Order: sequence, then structure tokens, then C-alpha cells
Amino acid sequence: MERILSLQDIRFSYTPDDPDSRFAVDGVSFDMQAGEWIAVVGHNGSGKSTLARLIIGLLFPQEGTVGLFGDPLTEDNLWEKRSQMGMVFQNPDNQFVGATVQDDVAFALENNGIPFGEMTLRVQNALEQVKMDTFLDHEPHHLSGGQKQRVAIAGALALRPRLLILDEATSMLDPQGREEVIRVILELREKTGLSVISITHDLEEALLADRVVIMNGGRKFAEGTPQDVFLKGEALTALGLDLPFAMRLSALLKEQGIPTEPGTMTERKLVEQLWTLHSNR
Amino acid sequence: MDIALEQVGYTYAAGTPFQKRALHDVNVRIPSGSYTAIIGHTGSGKSTLLQHLNGLLKPTAGRVRIGDTEVTKETKGKQLKPVRRKVGIVFQFPEHQLFEETVLKDVMFGPLNFGVQEEEAKARALRWINRLGLPEGTAEKSPFDLSGGQMRRVAIAGVLAMEPDVLVLDEPTAGLDPAGRKEIMDLFYELHEQRDMTTILVTHSMEDAARYADHMIVMHDGTDVLQGPPGEVFGDAERLAGWRLGVPRTVSFQRLYEEGAGLPHGPAALTEEQLASYLAAHLGEGGSAS
Ligand SMILES: Nc1ncnc2c1ncn2[C@@H]1O[C@H](COP(=O)(O)OP(=O)(O)OP(=O)(O)O)[C@@H](O)[C@H]1O
Ligand SMILES: Nc1ncnc2c1ncn2[C@@H]1O[C@H](COP(=O)(O)OP(=O)(O)OP(=O)(O)O)[C@@H](O)[C@H]1O
Ligand SMILES: [Mg+2]
Ligand SMILES: [Mg+2]
Repeated sequence: MERILSLQDIRFSYTPDDPDSRFAVDGVSFDMQAGEWIAVVGHNGSGKSTLARLIIGLLFPQEGTVGLFGDPLTEDNLWEKRSQMGMVFQNPDNQFVGATVQDDVAFALENNGIPFGEMTLRVQNALEQVKMDTFLDHEPHHLSGGQKQRVAIAGALALRPRLLILDEATSMLDPQGREEVIRVILELREKTGLSVISITHDLEEALLADRVVIMNGGRKFAEGTPQDVFLKGEALTALGLDLPFAMRLSALLKEQGIPTEPGTMTERKLVEQLWTLHSNR
Repeated sequence: MDIALEQVGYTYAAGTPFQKRALHDVNVRIPSGSYTAIIGHTGSGKSTLLQHLNGLLKPTAGRVRIGDTEVTKETKGKQLKPVRRKVGIVFQFPEHQLFEETVLKDVMFGPLNFGVQEEEAKARALRWINRLGLPEGTAEKSPFDLSGGQMRRVAIAGVLAMEPDVLVLDEPTAGLDPAGRKEIMDLFYELHEQRDMTTILVTHSMEDAARYADHMIVMHDGTDVLQGPPGEVFGDAERLAGWRLGVPRTVSFQRLYEEGAGLPHGPAALTEEQLASYLAAHLGEGGSAS
């Protein structure tokens, strides 16, 4: 399998000249294969957004290397590498450049030299995918919170990137909208081999990932399948995290004298156990 | 302080080619001391409605009553100052309310603006910065050199430092880490209980609405379609689906269990603790709770 991302011991401080300063990202390494979905979770200020900015080359690490699509990222290949990535920022307002929704989504395509005909097609298509195709001439800043996030996602999808980075990109969508967007991205991954890094505080979403990276105070605390990392249980609460719903409910049921299998993480698995208990009652 | 909206309509950029009707015929009542959750799909008008609660937006039709103050499209800005002191709003995007050079100045701004003395304003600000779990040294930083969740905490600290009678929260937990989310929602609830603070929460988290609110308003396409206690609102999943809304995870899990076990629907479980007790009552020794 093709390795598309390789972080090697990267360190970054926003104030490198200040002797007391701490590293916002402090010696982080991990690799990513094409087609993978990695969820990055961690407490507020643990370095997740900084990590994302280092990957897309908005920031450069003071130590270590960011490897992208087989080469180390440098000032010289920055634009070529960046044109293969799409990023949705934590606050969509910081991302909008166009006066209308369609101009905004088209902007990066134009920059990447996509011909006009193809561009209009892609813009239309991306806005349909996020159900914002009736807002073509609206001003992006004058939309509701969730509408803004949808437009920002369309902007990244229209680029047809190899690597998509979502920084809490669905935090203001209603639950149904969130599910729809995740489904669209999963489908794209299926069809095009898209790789996804999703920074999220939604642990149920993290359960869908192939791998979870847990950040803590700028360092990588743990990395593994959702099954592996959530088995750490209560240790995660101390890091500003929580456990998925099914695990929390299992713990409450245990207190009430209803035992369930350890490590039950999905609602489906939990309800099946309860049905069995019910019929054996 | 009771709040009521009567036949409220709001159109953005009215009279221009870009005009957009965001609210129409909204009739809601928010009793003093209540904890009201407002839910509705993306673009249904929740944030627009909230901005009417302290006169940031004036209705283009109908009237808004906030305590003794009535706001219509004719109301002048300076008549609204007393309302702004009593009603604190945490906006959907925290960046929209941060502007000072340092976090400390930012959190002090509200109290100073409403006549609190410098010393007291500073003490209050430091207290809230600390209470919101911000790391050591944050007070001296620029609010724009913070992580997203840290900015959110500063924005909340700024509003709480005003010690408002009415606290209005627009998706206050977006961007907070899971532990912070719980701590801060519990903090709002504590203030609500201890100071009898009227609390109005816009949220996409049906779980938070179910857990904390005593009253709910459902918005759909710019108008209120349902009001009632959470047990009632979340008791009818089909009706909610018609407005593109769902029930809390506790309730969907409960229904899944009941249907698989061939049981009738019990009263909606509004918290995880309630759900666990309900399940235990069915499954526990000799247990049949129905
Ligand atoms: N522009 C900046 N200037 C200086 N310090 C910054 C800046 N942006 C972030 N920081 C600091 O760097 C650390 C990591 O921030 P980062 O934004 O990467 O966190 P995060 O994990 O994305 O948090 P959140 O969940 O709150 O979004 C924090 O301590 C933060 O205060
Ligand atoms: N400044 C504005 N100018 C013009 N139209 C606007 C403006 N702000 C919001 N709208 C429109 O008004 C409608 C209601 O928006 P509002 O922000 O109240 O929705 P919301 O329920 O808060 O949605 P969300 O859950 O996505 O935050 C939307 O269709 C939106 O596009
Ligand atoms: Mg962040
Ligand atoms: Mg809103």
C-alpha cells in the first residue's frame, strides 16, 4: 500500500524565541496509508489544529519532517503538495474568500488551473453533495452556522484531493446533517481511495475511523484502532476525553447489576446482549 | 424576567434584491427561571431568533417583550442598553465576540461596560477564566492566539463575568472537548439552579436538550412548530422526523431495545442514568417493570 503521509518526530512552537515557551506539537510521529481514515482526538489545546496546519504546510516544524506522497514537504514543493490536499478549518469564516457561495467553492480550483467548464461542473457537484446547491449566489458570511460548514466542506471536496483534512468540520451540523456528510465522504473514499484525517470531539464519529490518534499536551498519547484506544477506559477521562455511549451505558448497567461483555463499544453489540438477557430472563 | 415573542418576523436585508426571510409568525414564551432548549435543523432560524432576545436584531414584524421592555422595529438602540446588561449571549462562533488585546481585557469588558469598578471587574474576570479551565498564563495572551476550544471558553467566561439574569447560549459546546463539554454544561445548570438564571440553549445535541431543559421549542423553516417539556417532545420520534430532527441517543437506544424485546414503548429516557434504571428494571432479578 502507498504511504501518503509520514510525520517524523515533529516539533513546533508558536513562540520559538521565548525560552519558557512550550511546544504546541511536541515530537509527534505517525504514518498514514492511502485510503485510510484517521480520527484525531484530544483535549482543547492539545495540538490538533497545529498538527493539521503543519501537514498542509501553513506552518513548518522547527524539528522533524512532514513527508507527503513520498517526499519531504519543503518550501519548494509546497504548492504542488498542497494542491493535492483539501482542508476544512475549524471556523469556516476564516476560510471564505469568494463573494458568493459558488465563487468561493470555485476559488481554489481556479488557482489550481482547472479549466472553466470542468470547474463549473465540479462546483455544482460539490454543492449538491452537501445540499447547498440552492445557495449559489448567497454570500458565504451571511449563512447560518451549519450552512457555512457545508459550504466549506464543498470547497474542499471540489478540489478532489487525495488527502482531506477536516478540523471539526461538522461541529455545527444537526445530527442528520452530520451523518449525511460523513456518508458522502465515506462513499468518496470507497470510489476514489481518498484518505481522511478527521479532527473531532465526537467520539461516536471516531469509532468509525480505521485508526484513532489521541493527542495530549502536544504529544501523541496513543494510537490504534478504536477498539484498542477506547479500551483504555477511564484513563481517557483524565485526558479531557470520554468514552463512547455504549461503554458509558455498560458501566451504568454494571452498577445496576446487569453485566455486559467487557469492551462493548457499539450500540448494536450492546443491544444484542440485552436482547439475549431479556429472552433468557 | 419573562420573555415573549409575538408574531415575530425577521427578514435580512429587507427591501434589497438579497432579502431573505429568516423568521415568520414566531410566537413563543420563555418563563422567567426556566431552562429552555431550542432545536431545529440547519438554517431553521435559531440564531436569528436568539439575537432578538437582547435586541441585537429588532423584529421586522411583530414584537418582542423582554421583562418590561418591548422591542419592535421602531425601538431605538439606546432604549436597549438595560436589556443588554441583563441578557448575556454566547454566540455560535466565539471569534465573533472576541476583540480585545488580551484575554483578561476581553473578559473584563462586559463588567466594565456596565459600570463595575476596575478592581472588581478584574477579580471577576480572573475568577471566570480560572473556572472555565483555561491553562495558566492564558489571561495575558491574545484571544486570537488560542485554540478553538480555548477561544470558546474565553467567550463563555466573558458572558458569565457580566453575571446576567438571562443566559442565552448558541451551540455553546461546539469545539469543547468531551470532558469540558460536560463540565461547562453542568456549570450552566448549576448557575441556573443557584441563581435562578433563565437559561436559553440552542443546540444540535438532543442529549443536552433532554438532560438539562425543562421546556423546549422546536423551530422549522423559520417558525416555531412545537413547544413542550422534553419528555413530550422526544416521546414522538415520527413527528420529529418530519422536521428532520431525531431523538436523543438514549431514546433511540431504548426504542431499539423495546422493539427487539417485543415490549411496548415506555416513557422516553432523557438521561443515561434513567435509561440504565429502566433497562435494569426490565432485566434485573425477577424483573418486569412494565
Ligand atoms: N496562533 C497561535 N499563537 C500562539 N499560540 C497558539 C496559536 N494557536 C494555538 N496556540 C496554542 O497552541 C496550543 C495548541 O493549539 P491547537 O489549536 O493546536 O489545539 P487544538 O488541539 O486544536 O485545540 P481545540 O480542541 O481547542 O481546537 C494551545 O496551547 C494554544 O493555546
Ligand atoms: N446575515 C444574514 N444575511 C442573510 N441571510 C441570513 C443571514 N444570517 C442567516 N441568514 C439566513 O437565515 C436563515 C436562518 O439562519 P439562522 O442562522 O437563524 O439558522 P440556524 O437555525 O441558526 O441554523 P444553524 O443550525 O445552521 O446555525 C438561513 O436560511 C440563513 O441562510
Ligand atoms: Mg483546534
Ligand atoms: Mg445558528
